[in-house]
Amino acid sequence: MKNLKYLGLGVLFGIILTKSEVVSWWRIQEMFRFQSFHMYGVIGSAIVVGLISIQLIKRNRLKTINGEEIRIADKQYSHGTWIGGIIFGLGWALTGACPGPMFAQLGSGVAGAAVLILAALAGTWTYSALRDKLPH
Amino acid sequence: MLELLRQPWPWYVAGPLIGLTVPALLLIGNKVLGISSSLRHMCAACLPANIPFLQYNWRAEMWNLFFVLGIGIGGFIGYRVLGHPDTIAISPETVRDLKAQMGLTDFSGLLPKELFALENLSNWKGWVFLVLGGFLVGFGTRYAGGCTSGHAISGLSNLQWVSLVAVIGFFVGGLLMTWVFYPLLF
Repeated sequence: MKNLKYLGLGVLFGIILTKSEVVSWWRIQEMFRFQSFHMYGVIGSAIVVGLISIQLIKRNRLKTINGEEIRIADKQYSHGTWIGGIIFGLGWALTGACPGPMFAQLGSGVAGAAVLILAALAGTWTYSALRDKLPH
Repeated sequence: MLELLRQPWPWYVAGPLIGLTVPALLLIGNKVLGISSSLRHMCAACLPANIPFLQYNWRAEMWNLFFVLGIGIGGFIGYRVLGHPDTIAISPETVRDLKAQMGLTDFSGLLPKELFALENLSNWKGWVFLVLGGFLVGFGTRYAGGCTSGHAISGLSNLQWVSLVAVIGFFVGGLLMTWVFYPLLF
């Protein structure tokens, strides 16, 4: 099962998200109220480490463990980038959760997270259905 | 050691570990960290309904669903198995403001039970926080082409200006909700 390695990495990722409390609504409120450095520290240091890692991979032309060349597709801009971004931000401040944390919350035993995930699926489905009519 | 793992982890431990997930996924399988895509794959798998955006080979993205399943298991291990303090030690200013502005009194748990308990689905609070909130997250992340992991972590790590636009959008939306709409709701 080649997907088991992603399951394992996901478990580690979920533990990190939970133990650092970024899955907590309280921490997100604290962030949007500028009353703690915690979330900024987590996101900022994650980006710095990610950036250095990607630079090292690119400069040394590292390959995957299977010997493939590593490729990262560029992100494509559309007006949805900022319109959708703002819509997600509104939801992020309400739920205190981005998609990853919702799954970690469910695993930690928060029953409401099941409703959050179903509602998020309904949101993604609705976007998919309306996609051609929305400005991009 | 176990006692140390039980405590909340400081940002300078958790942040770099989250950052290392980016090269880890690239090195083990040429995958780019991004979690909101999993919601699209689930829609494509369960209810494609002839929607063009949901007609693609989602099975090729199965890794993403395994990763998300792992996050759920990680939440269980992190909170239940390792254990975690019942009350998150947020700043006293935030506690004061949430008491004064939103009337919250119970500060235990990962999220306020006064807003997110299932019983709240019988009043407007549950519908706004659970249903509308979740809907906006699912709709907005797909419209924006990514969430905190895909844009903020992966995108900014790879110096994508598109992701910077998205992240600014995330904060504009979050600040609007916290500073403009919350005072209207409560």
